[in-house]
Amino acid sequence: MKRFLAFVSKEFKHILRDYRTLLILFGMPIAQILLFGFAITNEIKDAKIAILDFSKDNTTQEISNKILSSGYFLLYKNLSSTRDIEPAFKEGIIKEVIIFEPEFGKNLEKSKLANIQIIADASDPNLANMLIGYTSSIILDYQKDLLKGKTLPPIINTDIKMLFNPNLKSVFMFVPGLMAVILLLVSAMMTSISIAKEKELGTMEILLVSPLNPLQIIVGKVVPYFFISLINYIIIIILAKNVFLVPITGSIILLILESVLFLLTSLSLGILISTISNNQQTALMISISALMLPAIILSGYIFPVENMPLPLQVISNIIPAKWFIIIVRGIMLKGVSFSYIVTETAVLAGMTLFFVLLSIKKFKIRLE
Amino acid sequence: MSSVIIENLSKSYGDVSAVDDISLNIDTGEIFGFIGPDGAGKTTLFRMLTSLLIPDKGKATVEGFDIVKEFKKIRSLVGYMPGRFSLYQDLTVEENLNFFASVFGTTIQENYNLIKDIYVLLEPFRKRKAGKLSGGMKQKLALCCALIHKPKILFLDEPTTGVDPVSRNEFWDMLGYLKNEGITIVVSTPYMDEANKCDRIALMQRGKILETNYLKNIIARYPGKLFAVKSDIMFILLKDLRDYKNSNSVFSFGDSLHYSDSRTDVTKDDILNYLKSKEHKNILIEEIEPNIEDCFMDLMSK
Repeated sequence: MKRFLAFVSKEFKHILRDYRTLLILFGMPIAQILLFGFAITNEIKDAKIAILDFSKDNTTQEISNKILSSGYFLLYKNLSSTRDIEPAFKEGIIKEVIIFEPEFGKNLEKSKLANIQIIADASDPNLANMLIGYTSSIILDYQKDLLKGKTLPPIINTDIKMLFNPNLKSVFMFVPGLMAVILLLVSAMMTSISIAKEKELGTMEILLVSPLNPLQIIVGKVVPYFFISLINYIIIIILAKNVFLVPITGSIILLILESVLFLLTSLSLGILISTISNNQQTALMISISALMLPAIILSGYIFPVENMPLPLQVISNIIPAKWFIIIVRGIMLKGVSFSYIVTETAVLAGMTLFFVLLSIKKFKIRLE
Repeated sequence: MSSVIIENLSKSYGDVSAVDDISLNIDTGEIFGFIGPDGAGKTTLFRMLTSLLIPDKGKATVEGFDIVKEFKKIRSLVGYMPGRFSLYQDLTVEENLNFFASVFGTTIQENYNLIKDIYVLLEPFRKRKAGKLSGGMKQKLALCCALIHKPKILFLDEPTTGVDPVSRNEFWDMLGYLKNEGITIVVSTPYMDEANKCDRIALMQRGKILETNYLKNIIARYPGKLFAVKSDIMFILLKDLRDYKNSNSVFSFGDSLHYSDSRTDVTKDDILNYLKSKEHKNILIEEIEPNIEDCFMDLMSK
């Protein structure tokens, strides 16, 4: 035990003396969550548009006002001819042009049919889609107002409610994924690098020719990063809750326990990587390509797993982050209890066990 | 009594055979030196003896324990200092020493006796990080760390490589002191002149042992007589001596040639006459005692 403690204290010294790495360890999570929270957003706010109104009557005025007062759009300029449309887009400022046909109000009154054309800048397809969606729904809303009191055709009214994230705030979606990525990064990558470092600098040679057993070496390497990750994790939760007002509707104890489980999964992955890499460079490359990228792309962190082609959906199952993200979203946003996430928890626990056993089997008690 | 018994030990990497069928015994309490150039297989041999590598063939015991089956026992009783400086550069001198003491379940105080003479030299720097020490200091610290648990046997892989001559001498003095404490010391070195600091030596070349013996026995067994020869035009001298019918070997050595003659009754004048007939001028011939390098060259050419 004394041996083990001496080893752990040595590890802490390594970490605390490397100021630059330490800065990254604690600075990165904070920087990432602030970046994701503020900068990367899927919401539309004050998108600049232009309006080409051939009609200029009360109705078009009312619709325009309704659109512009929604808070999503900002009028950049009024156009006067179809020839202005393309140059206006090329300026790069406006994202959408709304065109009212001539005699719009009259047509609506008389023939009950009037046309609006919406042209969107699809160089950013997601944004274009969203803009059109927003605009259409505002116009639809206006139409409903028109029909009020009249009982002409039967209308199916769709009342939409966005559960768990009523305002569709993207930060709510990013936080669970961010937790997964940061825990992976700090625990898996740093553990694998620190074990690989011993091999690279030759100190592993001395450690092997000593009464320390492999388990003590591995666990000794893991303990400091476990605590650092835990601290990081708590920082993320505090930031998410207080700066971005992400709700934690479920049990916070359950959330922490599940996170500790994922932390163990990441650490075991880190150890596994270190057993197959002989220097820090390799450990870093494997961590990034085998852990980080899948955790970002295939886990459902940013891109929904359901929309991926089938083979990728199958592959996503072996990515621990996917299961963790499901668990965290469940607990934080939906407030589910443990019984709803038993499967995911079991998968993570199984993976951890598998990685640990594999690492122990692969850990070299000699130099080859 | 033997501390190390090696029987037909072999280890190869792919086609390259690093250690090739080596057998020898190392006695308890002696300083035993493996001497040979880079790539002779010294490090591979040391790694096998310290249980870091598994031999392809043959077997060996260290202090009676098999290097493969009983590796755990070996690991707690040997002190090992790898060829490359392998301590923690970001820990201080004191922290490194404390760490290794704890790892071996002891304390600095417990075995302070053993390292005292070396540690007093390090003491002024004990708060300095190991990475900031000079080469000689690093080596002393590494030796301290390898000694801290009072090992029965010490394996030092090229401890004096890259160390200045003064520190090298100091280092060998320390080894002499440790020998008096009853520790068996197995050391490897590429420097031939360090052979006379060892009790017994093994000359190694391309994975094979050329000869294992006391230095004086190796020298005594040098065949024929050896002369240091000089003349005005050295490269012609080299060629002429090689062409001489009684020539055994000729090597350039510093500013003279070491010429070994196969006859036992040869004299300086025999050679002088031959060289005069080849029109050499300012000839200087002197019969000399062979040194370890001459022996190595001789054994190598066989």
